[in-house]
Amino acid sequence: MLSIENLKAKIDKKEILKGLNLNIKPGEVHAIMGPNGSGKSTLSNILSGKKGYEVNGNIKFEGENLLELETEERAHKGIFLAFQYPLEIPGVNTNTFLKTSINAIKKARGEKELDAIEFLKLIKQKSSELKFDQAILNRQLNVGFSGGEKKKNEILQMSILNPKLSILDETDSGLDIDALRIVSEGVNSLRNKDNSFLIITHYQRLLDYIKPDFVHVLKNGQIIKSGNFELAKELEKVGYENFN
Amino acid sequence: MKQELEMDSRQKEIENLKDYKYGFSTDIENIRAPKGLSEEVIKFISKIKKEPEWMLNFRLKAFERFKQLKEPNWQKPKYPKIDYQDLYYYSAPKSMKDKPKSLDELDPKLLETYKKLGIPLQEQARLNGIAVDAVFDSVSVATTFKEELTKQGIIFCSMSEAIQKHPELVKKYLGTVIPTTDHFFATLNSAVFTDGSFVYIPQGVKCPMELSTYFRINASETGQFERTLIIADKGSYVSYLEGCTAPMRDENQLHAANVELIALDDAEIKYSTVQNWYPGDKDGKGGIYNFVTKRGLCKGKNSKISWTQVETGSAITWKYPSCILKGDNSVGEFYSIAITNNHQKADTGTKMIHLGKNTKSKIISKGISAGQSDMMYRGLVDISSKADNSRNFTQCDSLLMGNKCGAHTIPYIKNKNLKSNIEHEATTSKISDEQLYYCNQRGLNQEEAVSLIVNGFCKEVLQQLPMEFAVEAQKLVGISLEGSVG
Ligand SMILES: Nc1ncnc2c1ncn2[C@@H]1O[C@H](COP(=O)(O)OP(=O)(O)OP(=O)(O)O)[C@@H](O)[C@H]1O
Ligand SMILES: [Mg+2]
Repeated sequence: MLSIENLKAKIDKKEILKGLNLNIKPGEVHAIMGPNGSGKSTLSNILSGKKGYEVNGNIKFEGENLLELETEERAHKGIFLAFQYPLEIPGVNTNTFLKTSINAIKKARGEKELDAIEFLKLIKQKSSELKFDQAILNRQLNVGFSGGEKKKNEILQMSILNPKLSILDETDSGLDIDALRIVSEGVNSLRNKDNSFLIITHYQRLLDYIKPDFVHVLKNGQIIKSGNFELAKELEKVGYENFN
Repeated sequence: MKQELEMDSRQKEIENLKDYKYGFSTDIENIRAPKGLSEEVIKFISKIKKEPEWMLNFRLKAFERFKQLKEPNWQKPKYPKIDYQDLYYYSAPKSMKDKPKSLDELDPKLLETYKKLGIPLQEQARLNGIAVDAVFDSVSVATTFKEELTKQGIIFCSMSEAIQKHPELVKKYLGTVIPTTDHFFATLNSAVFTDGSFVYIPQGVKCPMELSTYFRINASETGQFERTLIIADKGSYVSYLEGCTAPMRDENQLHAANVELIALDDAEIKYSTVQNWYPGDKDGKGGIYNFVTKRGLCKGKNSKISWTQVETGSAITWKYPSCILKGDNSVGEFYSIAITNNHQKADTGTKMIHLGKNTKSKIISKGISAGQSDMMYRGLVDISSKADNSRNFTQCDSLLMGNKCGAHTIPYIKNKNLKSNIEHEATTSKISDEQLYYCNQRGLNQEEAVSLIVNGFCKEVLQQLPMEFAVEAQKLVGISLEGSVG
């Protein structure tokens, strides 16, 4: 589904990714761990199409050259990024945002857009699954949301959009214990043979719930080691410092 | 839910439109006054409209005054000198000479024009619950719903007709809010105004439908000088909508309307404008000069006047819809969205003059500038020494897109009463690339993202509009900012 070959990325002349390779097949869950500043968010931004990077290398998503697609086209094709720092947009009602988003994607895919009633039904179901207080959805997008609420809002959007490739950038940071479990369940419920995940985290605890198929260690702009779930445990023990 | 579906299908239509939707011009023969401004031209206008002598005198008096006035120049957006002798002050479609008695008698080309404008003239109008008085260049073409309104004693007709049929009301109120001697453009209007709408709501009557006028400038080199007068008698209510469009032309066209509102005891007038006159092209060529005087008088106690405006068009917008709060406990409101893009300029705001006791005013202004445009909010809140316990709240927000546009806020505050209180808040923000990226990541393209953010920014004002207009206005907000990012 996703293959990254020798990906190099610079921003403001600073080299951040230095030849990264990664393959994700349909239905797989990959976790990426790595020290602060190693390039994890940079990788997720490049996958989802943020502008401003000088990018070299190859990225194929479902056979297409991903780097040629606009940000929104990638979203239409099923790439979703749960932001490490979700943006606040004053004045924009969260429900309106969600509805505009899902309908923009549906429209681009030539599917029938949701009317108000269908949308409300969907949102009601998903937010109760995620134990997300619906009242919050009537507020301005992320404005005044607590850190955890912002993260849960990202997961709510993910479960509404049902993406093919979900990238979670430190979604677990800032979540309380219950929220962490609920968010993990949210991810697990979307898991099937077609949907894949790329989960960026600093903590093994999330992975206890989600059970990734692969764990990668990103350091200095490269994946220096890949393994299974055991790798996360090892990391937790020894830290990145002694990991080469 | 029906509303939703409608919105969606209309959304599609809107998306097919790229440039100024209303930029066609209609090929109709016109009757024009001789070019230029003179006593003769004024007499010509008055004569062709079969006006009584008092009306002609009103005009001539204004003209005398006009000759002594100098064109103001304190506004921020400057414009090349207007040659007032090089304009036509009256232009009417020829077929209007013998005024049609019903819609069927109208020139089909006119009807076609209205159709293109999306004006619901006939049965659609009924469905929409809107009574339309359409002004085409200088003459009111058709007034729908007259009968239904007449039953309740409501008068809704063209100004010309009102002068003929309701001279006592016109004489009593015309020029009482905007005196003929007021200022350069208002005085010019008083001398040469051609047509406009007249509304009278009798005592205790709540007008059962939104009243609406569409103005359209068609003929070239034509100034449009409408005159609108709305009187809400004691305890009455009316909501009035004004929509404006004009075809694309290379030269600048002057639009200098006067709108007077009068609310007597316990009466309420809600006046909404959606203005998308032709703004000029991307390089700033052509477009309307929208120099309009709008003023409401809360004459009676407990009366209320609220102005809501969505200003997206015109090359230059220069206007300050105002409220004079004379009656005790009267309320004035001003809700405004002003958008400038490309080379558009606006110097707009409001004036709230508190004269009566316990008067309240509220100003919510949302300015959005994009491209190389320039936006100025200028507002006056004046609380007189007699206006005990009066309050004003002002919120002025500016949103900038890109680095080449400007936004300025100048509040003038005069509080001469210690028991009264004025509150002013202002913010300036920018749409950030990060916000746009977030929206793009959720599947919205650049234009959809901007439209969503901007609509959110001005939601408070959009909510004030009647439903039919709110949907339209939302679209307009999106369209007028197209191409402003990316
Ligand atoms: N615009 C920029 N200019 C210069 N350096 C940048 C810019 N954006 C990011 N960087 C740098 O790139 C490096 C990688 O950043 P990135 O956000 O990808 O790290 P990360 O692995 O997600 O870290 P964390 O775990 O703290 O979230 C950092 O050193 C960061 O300071
Ligand atoms: Mg990061």
